[in-house]
Amino acid sequence: MQRQLAHQIWYDMVLARLFEQAAAEQYAQGRIAGFLHLYPGEEAVAVGTLRAADTGDYVVSTYREHVHALVWGITPEAVMAELFGKATGCSGGYGGSMHLFDAGRRFLGGYAIVGETFPVAIGVGYWLRLTGAPDAVLCYFGDGAANQGTFHESLNMAALWKLPVLFVCENNHYQIGTEIHRHTAVPEIHRHGTAYGIPGRRVDGMDVVAVYEATRMALEHVRAGNGPYLLECETYRYRGHSMADPGAYRSALEVAELRARDPIDGFRERVLHEGWLEQAELEQAEREARAAVEAAVAFAEESLEPTNLEQDVYVQPLDLYDGTKA
Amino acid sequence: MKRAHNDRAGLVGVSRPAPVLQVWQALNIAHDEVMARDESVFILGEDVGLYGGSYRVTQGLFAKYGEWRVRDTPISENSFTGLGVGAALVGGRPIVEIMTINFALLALDAIINMAAKLRYMSGGQFKVPLVVRSPGGVARQLAAQHSQRLEHTLMNVPGLRIVAPATPQDAYWQLKQAVACDDPVIVLEHELLYFTEGPFDPGADPPPMHAAAVRRRGRDISLIAWHRMVDVCLEAARELEADGIDAEVVDLRSLRPIDLPLLLESVSRTHRALVVEEDCRFAGAGAEIAATLNEAGFFELEAPVQRVAGRDVPTPYNARLEAASIPDAAAVVRAVRGLLGPREK
Repeated sequence: MQRQLAHQIWYDMVLARLFEQAAAEQYAQGRIAGFLHLYPGEEAVAVGTLRAADTGDYVVSTYREHVHALVWGITPEAVMAELFGKATGCSGGYGGSMHLFDAGRRFLGGYAIVGETFPVAIGVGYWLRLTGAPDAVLCYFGDGAANQGTFHESLNMAALWKLPVLFVCENNHYQIGTEIHRHTAVPEIHRHGTAYGIPGRRVDGMDVVAVYEATRMALEHVRAGNGPYLLECETYRYRGHSMADPGAYRSALEVAELRARDPIDGFRERVLHEGWLEQAELEQAEREARAAVEAAVAFAEESLEPTNLEQDVYVQPLDLYDGTKA
Repeated sequence: MKRAHNDRAGLVGVSRPAPVLQVWQALNIAHDEVMARDESVFILGEDVGLYGGSYRVTQGLFAKYGEWRVRDTPISENSFTGLGVGAALVGGRPIVEIMTINFALLALDAIINMAAKLRYMSGGQFKVPLVVRSPGGVARQLAAQHSQRLEHTLMNVPGLRIVAPATPQDAYWQLKQAVACDDPVIVLEHELLYFTEGPFDPGADPPPMHAAAVRRRGRDISLIAWHRMVDVCLEAARELEADGIDAEVVDLRSLRPIDLPLLLESVSRTHRALVVEEDCRFAGAGAEIAATLNEAGFFELEAPVQRVAGRDVPTPYNARLEAASIPDAAAVVRAVRGLLGPREK
């Protein structure tokens, strides 16, 4: 792995962990409200997949998407300000934690109804095919979403029309509190694509290098005009489903076992073992990430709130639209 | 040059027959025009392509524009409507045909949770220029699952626009306006109106997409309706004429927003209003229109705005019962007489 890439991935992973810790603290202090779904434990998935994508690609993510946004280039300030509900947030304070958007960066949300990412992603994929664009779509979903109708409907259409969509399953084994063996008859999610002729594989979602390499291969397949691919990343979330969830449905032992396979610890060992980076470089990157998160919190605190309740419900004013463009 | 001159001369003195089209034909022409003009427009839905559409609306377009712009979809309403949303976010102008409004119940997540909210939730970063067309209403003995209306549900969703054309001319105008609009527009059509005829002039200037239209001027009461109930009201107005009652008939044409200025102007002349809707009475679209008129037009009204609506039952299959479940001209006439009271002749 190139030094520069290793450094980027290390920074992303550390920033992701620190950002989410800060979000939890701010939530506890009442500066962030609503539903807050945090990502610790799953960092290798967002970082490994998105660092393997091209900047022209589109990203469609779920309600647990802070880290996807950060890795995709939305600043920690803009994400934190959005969690604070401020006008400087990446959705102007109108979306919140579950609805992060950045049109310029092709970051298309932020969907809080389980299973919505599929139709949006195939819509973008359809448009890319229709216009002959070379880009691809990364469509994220959790293990629980694989049982929504839209999963099967959209996989069928994606395969039928060979749409350039990489479906990324973030299999953290729980749909809120229901473990995967209690909610899915065939818990190997990557195999669900076979009903539609979509190739797929399972990768260790706690190993960022493995995720990165698998994504490169999958995107090659997608970009070559072969249609969609289903990449299942087996991962784990350390915290509850949201801040409202104490996680009483799983044992401390289970969480401890998974923590022992922590993706950040694992990558540190790998980086040092392979000689990609020095210990001092890792520490320096960590200091930079910590400073970035602190700056983001300060920025969010100082930012103003949005004030216009009714703006952007419509593009054209509702009462005056005369269709003169028709 | 000479020939053209002769051709034109040949029309002199000959009354040119007013072109008459059916609603489906007007929609078909509108689709063709917008697709020819704008390559970002594409159609998708069940049997819209090779088959030509259940009501022939997209007939001939598959052959002309190809499968990528006229896409036959699997039976997956939520996902193909959501596909339209996704494409609209990144530059497409999709027209989604949902075969009947009853099937749109399966697509409400795409319409309500996504199309209507994405612009707002993203702080105004995205446009969603999506058109969803779908026919509804009571047709001919299609039974409860194929004889519904969804106006009430969709009207309550900020972010949506809803139009309801009743004539070929309006269908042509409003579909083109809907496609040109950068907001999501629901075009509600009525299953019994596709094969009704009306005058059609593609060169005429359209009124605003959301403007209501007075179909019959009258002095004594404003009958407010849309879709097929406009014809029912016109029929009632003709019967009322015999009683010396001069009813005005307003075709709403749009359900979100409703053209309140026109309604207020109408009741400022008639001082009475009756909303006539095919849908069930309870919490229906008519309730919103009546309440708004009562609030905004109170000082013009000599009586509270009343409603004639469908009965609060699922639509029955039996023909007699089906007919009894929705308003007819006789019901409108009865309601008008009740509203106006005994009249001095």
